[in-house]
Amino acid sequence: MKCLESIGRSCAESWSSFFEWCAYLGETVCEGFGMVLHPNRFRFGDAALAFDRAGPGGLPITLLIGLLLGLILAFESAASLRMFGVEVYVADLIAIGLFRELGPLVTGIILAGRSGSAFAAEIGTMKVDEELDALSTMGLPPVRFLVLPRVFAAMLAMPFLTICGELAGLLGGAVVLHLMGIPASVYWKHVTETSTIFMIVFGLAKSMLFGVLVGLIGCISGMRTKNTADGVGVAATSAVVGGIVAIAVADGILAVICFVFNV
Amino acid sequence: MPTSSTNPIISLSHVDAGYPGAVILEDVSLDVQRGEIFILLGGSGCGKSTIMKHMIGLNPVLSGKLLVDGIEWSRKTRAKLCRRIGVMYQSGALFGSMTLLQNVMLPLEEFTKMSRADRVKRAEELLAQVDLADAVEKMPSEISGGMKKRAAIARAMALDPSVIFLDEPSAGLDPITSSALDDLILKLRKEKGMTFVVVTHELPSIFKIADRAAMFDKARRGMIALGDPRVLRDTSTDPFVKSFFNRGPSCA
Repeated sequence: MKCLESIGRSCAESWSSFFEWCAYLGETVCEGFGMVLHPNRFRFGDAALAFDRAGPGGLPITLLIGLLLGLILAFESAASLRMFGVEVYVADLIAIGLFRELGPLVTGIILAGRSGSAFAAEIGTMKVDEELDALSTMGLPPVRFLVLPRVFAAMLAMPFLTICGELAGLLGGAVVLHLMGIPASVYWKHVTETSTIFMIVFGLAKSMLFGVLVGLIGCISGMRTKNTADGVGVAATSAVVGGIVAIAVADGILAVICFVFNV
Repeated sequence: MPTSSTNPIISLSHVDAGYPGAVILEDVSLDVQRGEIFILLGGSGCGKSTIMKHMIGLNPVLSGKLLVDGIEWSRKTRAKLCRRIGVMYQSGALFGSMTLLQNVMLPLEEFTKMSRADRVKRAEELLAQVDLADAVEKMPSEISGGMKKRAAIARAMALDPSVIFLDEPSAGLDPITSSALDDLILKLRKEKGMTFVVVTHELPSIFKIADRAAMFDKARRGMIALGDPRVLRDTSTDPFVKSFFNRGPSCA
């Protein structure tokens, strides 16, 4: 009986949690449209601060991961391609892999781990300290005040970080191929010939979508923080896990769409 | 002092207080008069903060009628009512990323068309009224608990509300700071004729500032006494009321 009770309880909690998520999401979308109609009500200062933390603040780790990603991709693929004497095509593989897929995906995961959790912890702490209640009783919707600037900042930070990470990855690949005796000019020629404007723009658009997902999930996790000892920790964890899952799911859906439309 | 008994600033009529699925207080009826310092008191967990959350529109009442300045809380009236109330939370709830001046300026920035210079001037005046003229550029993390509460009162007064709610103003403060905060409440009431609704269970503070008090009891899930706390202390025959008021020294 206890087992059944526990299953029932967790089902009921998941159901109410789902509704809570939908309510916050709906409120965010409504407030977002409100901002489009009344842009002067948007808190640009808060968005700039959040961008500074999520974007330039996350640059060192993005560059490091990007560089290592390029190095690893180059080493791993060069070993196979060398058997056929075509290791120069490592450049093509790295360019396509980074611009289309790995650049936005890995940067999204970094953003989820770094900024998504920070958003959740910041807003969660504010909730525990009754700052969200203070906003509500002042007639200021917390979603407009806290969520929209952060989501906007994450949406802008992602393409910035993605492009930086991709360039670092290309540099990593160049270093490996240089060590293998392939001149840099040949490497860059292959990269520029393989990379199309569409591919780069598509990757950046994807990264903006991932930024919105990470920002939304981080902020909503913070808004749902429970007033318990581990409340903020749980919110930060669910922001990271939720962000990564959302990115993976969205990436999978986009991959299927691209395949169907032969993009 | 209260100015009228026919036009209360807050009126509760047969209100059930609590959260969906959890009734904490049943059938509460009371009026808070304009210019009054009204105390919601009782033991921990008795529902006094829950009643306050209903009064400030954070949670809807489970049943009954609650009017603030003659208006019922609803989605349509929310914006109007939010401008008529000010709230000081237990922790102060100042925004940590803003200076005290910015905290006080925030409601002015959002709800008035004042120029920036006027907003700064008004916020500085408000902070001076709560004796924080020297701390306008300080961050909340750089000031003491008592200063945070005073700054929160300044922020709550920014839009000249009809009523200010104070949630446990003495909590976490030493007796001297707590007494200074009581003096500030009395000063503001005297100078501005403001109404205060205070949630507290600190007896010295209650006897010093209260005009009237409503006492709640967790076991009976309701309001068990209403009136001048000094009179309640001296005349009540209710065992809970007597034990509550006789547990410590009074300042009456």
